[in-house]
Amino acid sequence: MRTKAAGAAFTLVLLAAPWVFSSSLGLNLLTQMGIAAIVCLSYNILLGQGGMLSFGHAIYSGLGAFAAIHALNAAVLPVSLVPVVGGLAGAGVALLLGWLTAQKSATTFAMVTLGLGELVAALAWLLPQVFGGEAGVSGNRVAGASPFGITFGPQLQVYYLVAAYTLVCTGLMYAFTRTPLGRMLNAVRDNPERVEFVGFDARRIRFMAVVIAGFFAGIGGGLAALNFETVTADVLGSQRSGAYLLFTYLGGSGHFFGPVVGAVLMVLANVLLSGITKAWLLYVGLVFIAMVVWVPGGVVSLAGRLRWRDVPRYAAWALAFAGFAAMVEMVYQLQLRASLGSELRFLGLALDAASGWSWAGAVAVLVVGGVLGMRK
Amino acid sequence: MEFFTLSLLNGLSYGLVLFMLSAGLTLIFSLLGVLNLAHASFYMLGAYVAYSLTLVLGFWPALLLAPLLVGLAGAAFERYVLRRVHAHGAGRHKAEMLVTFGLATVLGELVQLAWGRGPVDYRVPEALAGPLFTLWGTPFPAYRAFMVLVALGMWLALWLLFTRTRTGLVVQAALTHPDAVQALGHNVPRIFMLVFGGGAALAGLAGVVGGNAFVTEPGMAATVGSVVFVVVVVGGMGSLTGALGASLLIGVLQTFAVGMDMLSRFAPLLPYLLLVLVLLVRPQGLWGRRAD
Repeated sequence: MRTKAAGAAFTLVLLAAPWVFSSSLGLNLLTQMGIAAIVCLSYNILLGQGGMLSFGHAIYSGLGAFAAIHALNAAVLPVSLVPVVGGLAGAGVALLLGWLTAQKSATTFAMVTLGLGELVAALAWLLPQVFGGEAGVSGNRVAGASPFGITFGPQLQVYYLVAAYTLVCTGLMYAFTRTPLGRMLNAVRDNPERVEFVGFDARRIRFMAVVIAGFFAGIGGGLAALNFETVTADVLGSQRSGAYLLFTYLGGSGHFFGPVVGAVLMVLANVLLSGITKAWLLYVGLVFIAMVVWVPGGVVSLAGRLRWRDVPRYAAWALAFAGFAAMVEMVYQLQLRASLGSELRFLGLALDAASGWSWAGAVAVLVVGGVLGMRK
Repeated sequence: MEFFTLSLLNGLSYGLVLFMLSAGLTLIFSLLGVLNLAHASFYMLGAYVAYSLTLVLGFWPALLLAPLLVGLAGAAFERYVLRRVHAHGAGRHKAEMLVTFGLATVLGELVQLAWGRGPVDYRVPEALAGPLFTLWGTPFPAYRAFMVLVALGMWLALWLLFTRTRTGLVVQAALTHPDAVQALGHNVPRIFMLVFGGGAALAGLAGVVGGNAFVTEPGMAATVGSVVFVVVVVGGMGSLTGALGASLLIGVLQTFAVGMDMLSRFAPLLPYLLLVLVLLVRPQGLWGRRAD
């Protein structure tokens, strides 16, 4: 019942969002969030459902994106079906590589996916005919027939294409969790020995999960190719794979909709936070560590944990974090933007990285916040 | 002959730096069961700390102090972060792996915060700057020989520690039978902290020795990071001999490939191709005993 309600709410949000955030930045962010949601949900088939920590998920989304942009340029399919080519490419590559990675579980799986991710990323630079080298491969989505006047020129039309794919893929991935295979995947995560003992092949189940995850990741990549109309080799890099891991977990890998929240955070961090501060990845990393230590359930589990009497303590920790961040921003100002002088604005305050007062203030805020936060 | 000998020497010395890195990684893994994804970041930290210490104290004190400081940082991380996560007892060390992944991200950013985004001028010490000998007109740097000595010394020390001393026995026993070792009066959490700190210190030492031979820059952790994981899988998870063998193999293979016109383009791929090959033919690794 709760998931039905969540599904209905999700559909409604997807359909109505562009009317609320109708600016071009808003539409762009929403489109990217839809795409990221598909990829993070596909990542969670491995992480949350199968207990597999993959460091090579960008292989599937990235190669899906390349396949899609080549399909777009070949112009043999309607544009709206191009992402499916990405999906098939992702699944195809997963058939090949998944067979290698799925031999192993847990730790070795993580290391092997890391190695294969590097292999594919390095390969992309060696084959500029296919991957376009530095410049990447570009395409033009306003091509071919335009049924009902849909050209995919305006961002709104691209958004609705993405929203449609997001809805269908989310529905399919949710349905997958209910299939016997999806259930067996949970069993493989929790107790592979017992699964083997009952007569199932844990490796085969992991393998099938990798292929399914590869398919949906490829669809996400294909949609990204349509949205940006250009694909460069960075989409295959280990940083991209790391970002999927980080934000899927931050959103919450134990709950079906957790990765969707993670995807929203990912786009917000990548587009908005990175515009505000150069140290954004440091903050994301620290928040990630704090979440692994204190809130393993991710952001979606926070709602159930919040208690009013804890609010002052959270506020104190936020204050301490602000003091720390002020220091980080001052160091960055001195280190990376020294030519712009030592003055900077932080949360509406004017700070001067060269002045002892600014530092004393930041330290004071950090200490006061920390002391208040540690009080029971 | 000339090409062969020089490539072999260079390959072996690069391989030994890889070994210094993978030794700490494989030790932490086999003793704690935790795959430390921040291991290469400790290597980077070692190089940067050594660079700063060299400016103040000179190279030789830095060679001693930098690994110590990195080891302390590693021990502190184990004590205050990893131990809490460990206490959750989440399935198969996934949470521990995740938290070290977060640490790698944070350390990468902190290094840029402290030392900037470009490379730093970390040089080999004056005394070792010259060539050791000249082969067919090509000088062989004395510093490379020094790297070989440090790595071999480290391997010997580890081997002696784990096979010939009481401490080594207790540490090994604490892995398989933590409760029994605890009951005998040893402080098992402290042993874990020391092992993690020790592994980080080994990575730091590799950074001190490798940072000036190669380049000390914020991307250096990523450059060696995945190769080191390949070394550990190819050699066999948790096997020190495997780490040594696979490091030398990959070091030599890559150096030879770089030197050959036909293969030089594919040199960066070689470690990963070797990984695929080993997984297909001998999934437990070349020197590994357990199949996972």
